[in-house]
Amino acid sequence: MERIEVLKTYKIFIGGQFPRTESGRFYPLKLKNNMTVNVSLSSRKDFRNAVIAARAAFSGWSARAAFNRGQILYRIAEMLEGRKEQFLEELKQLGYTPAAAKKEVEQSIDRLVYYAGWCDKYQQLFSSVNPVATSHFNFSVPEPMGVVAILADESSALLGLVSVIAPAIAGGNTCILLASESKPTCSITFAEVIATSDVPGGVVNIVTGSRKELHSHFSSHMDVNAIINCNSEKDFNKTIGENASLNVKRVFIWNRNWSDEKEQGPYYITDLQEIKTTWHPIENIGISGIKY
Amino acid sequence: MAKKEVKKLEYFTDWKYAPSPEATDHIRLQKQYDLFINGKFVKPNSGKYFDTINPATEEKISSIAEANDKDVDSAVKAARGAYDKTWSKMPAKERAKYIYRIARLIQERARELSVIETLDGGKSIRESRDIDVPLAANHFFYYAGWADKLEYAFPNRNPKSLGVAGQVIPWNFPLLMAAWKIAPALATGNTVVLKPAETTSLTALKLAEIIQESGLPDGVVNIITGHGPVGASMVNHKDINKIAFTGSTNVGKWIQKAIAGTDKKLTLELGGKAANIIFEDAPINQAVEGIINGIFFNQGHVCCAGSRLFVQESVAEEVIKKLKDRLETLIVGDPLDKNTDIGAINSKMQLNKINQYLKIGVNDGAEMYQSSCSIPKKGFFVRPTLFLNTSQSHRISQEEIFGPVLAIQTFRTIEEVIEKANNIPYGLSAGVWTDKGSRIFNLTSKLRAGVVWANTYNKFDPTSPFGGYKESGFGREGGLHGLMPYLKF
Repeated sequence: MERIEVLKTYKIFIGGQFPRTESGRFYPLKLKNNMTVNVSLSSRKDFRNAVIAARAAFSGWSARAAFNRGQILYRIAEMLEGRKEQFLEELKQLGYTPAAAKKEVEQSIDRLVYYAGWCDKYQQLFSSVNPVATSHFNFSVPEPMGVVAILADESSALLGLVSVIAPAIAGGNTCILLASESKPTCSITFAEVIATSDVPGGVVNIVTGSRKELHSHFSSHMDVNAIINCNSEKDFNKTIGENASLNVKRVFIWNRNWSDEKEQGPYYITDLQEIKTTWHPIENIGISGIKY
Repeated sequence: MAKKEVKKLEYFTDWKYAPSPEATDHIRLQKQYDLFINGKFVKPNSGKYFDTINPATEEKISSIAEANDKDVDSAVKAARGAYDKTWSKMPAKERAKYIYRIARLIQERARELSVIETLDGGKSIRESRDIDVPLAANHFFYYAGWADKLEYAFPNRNPKSLGVAGQVIPWNFPLLMAAWKIAPALATGNTVVLKPAETTSLTALKLAEIIQESGLPDGVVNIITGHGPVGASMVNHKDINKIAFTGSTNVGKWIQKAIAGTDKKLTLELGGKAANIIFEDAPINQAVEGIINGIFFNQGHVCCAGSRLFVQESVAEEVIKKLKDRLETLIVGDPLDKNTDIGAINSKMQLNKINQYLKIGVNDGAEMYQSSCSIPKKGFFVRPTLFLNTSQSHRISQEEIFGPVLAIQTFRTIEEVIEKANNIPYGLSAGVWTDKGSRIFNLTSKLRAGVVWANTYNKFDPTSPFGGYKESGFGREGGLHGLMPYLKF
């Protein structure tokens, strides 16, 4: 008799754990092989739990040495490369052609390596020593914003979310991402990659569900510092912008073609950074001229 | 005013350190090593090999090939071929992946590399394990990330690789210096011919094995071994675009002269005679640790060693007393023992040079103070040494000794110490110890040195540029700045 395949339950990813949505709701997703996945229809409460996890993880993650964050992002790339076949199959079930699936996974891996490299480099490019006229040593450095809420690109199953998570966490932020509603399965498998890559629990949180339902909660939460929507819905973006003003969230509409190699770079990191300037006095005694 | 009594630092304990030698049975070494040219280990044209010994026991470890002009030429040809055919054409992000692989392989084989570094060079296992090897891996990891980001590092320019880089490195940090040289060169798209120092070729050759394992295209990195003439032959080779040298100021000057009139680009990281300055408001116990680390780290074989100590007169008695107490506690001996602070001097030649300077110091009238510790009968060892009552004109205060020897002077005013610290041909590094932040920034702006450590010493990081002013050389290694010497615009 033929062996019966064990099917995977797709749950969500909060604080390093894989719970089901607290609401118990689901939405069906039909795959190309005619199997149906019951995807978690996450609730406002799931999101709020994820924000708590992200906030709790922020102090530790942002305090990590930049080099260490780089190693961890590189580790994610290593893990993703190792599970390439699984993603290829999953993408196929979502309707990707084999060639498109291969490109999606390989670009995602390379993008992670790309941002792994930035972890300890953008600071040198975007920091400055400011030549103030008084006797002060004055310098400005980027610091992570905090908790970033992300509504991922609807059209992309993997690259769209990698392209936004990577610069957010490379810069020391933590995030909560709502996966593509129509292509959610890869996001949870990607969460498994994250969970086995030495990324501390809570740094990346991934929920699945309805953007229509959740975008107002993502944008109105008072403990979220920045919100990114990777989609172009005009009415959603207006709500997001208005809600963001409640606690002066930084709003970014990144409706991009992530498969374009140009849609990566340090500015995706610096968008999610604050600049801190420090003044320190310089003692003004001793010889003025230098003779040697 | 009542004189403040200086208390002895309490290091006393009933416990003795039991021997704690690092195991050597897991390392893999061959009896003989050939030259690494075009992805393969090849016999030297000369047919000659020389011994590499363990400076702690004077026993032979292995035989190393002696390259000649012909070998240099074939290494350069291999590097040129690899540059033209593969490396310069490869997309930068793929180039990066090879460099990441090298970083990972070093991490995976860290313990073996540490043990070999200690066996071959004499440095304490604690230092090779905790500093040399991890920093080497991190350096590759760091520069790997730059490969596809160069246009961000130099906005409005179009950075281009130079071609073939000839790199000559010293014996004090063999693997680490190889990493400092190779990693930025590869990240910027150059190919490499590297020559390690003759007393410490082994970890460079292990690195060659790692490079082979990484699948790096043949000829991108070539490692050739031998004595001074091999380096000279590289410097004079017509098809090398860039020379990177770390070593003595004398050799650096010779190289600068030798390439005069050619298009070769040059970076030099040369000697130093760093001032380590302690002000009266410094946290004294912490500063004493910093001075000890500054001069005795790696047996003092450090170009940026804090070999000149300037103590403010008001705290001189206390600092010197505490230094002497601390000196007594340093463990000198078997470099493979995990408790050892000071290992073996790298070579007989270097030992003789240090001993000669000890004589010079005494003859010049300085007061020598040494730890009463016993040192092994076999191998090259020297007791950690302080020279008191030295003056600016003493040779031990002016010349680089490259050993565990500290020359101590006192000063009264900030003007005086800046003057004394800067009045030297070198300008690699300096140390400042004070509780006042504003004074630190005053001094960092007035000291003519490429690196200034404040309330710390001998700190290195792949992101932090390192290099000298004046006769300590030019060009920087580390950080964004370390890319520049390997690029043209």
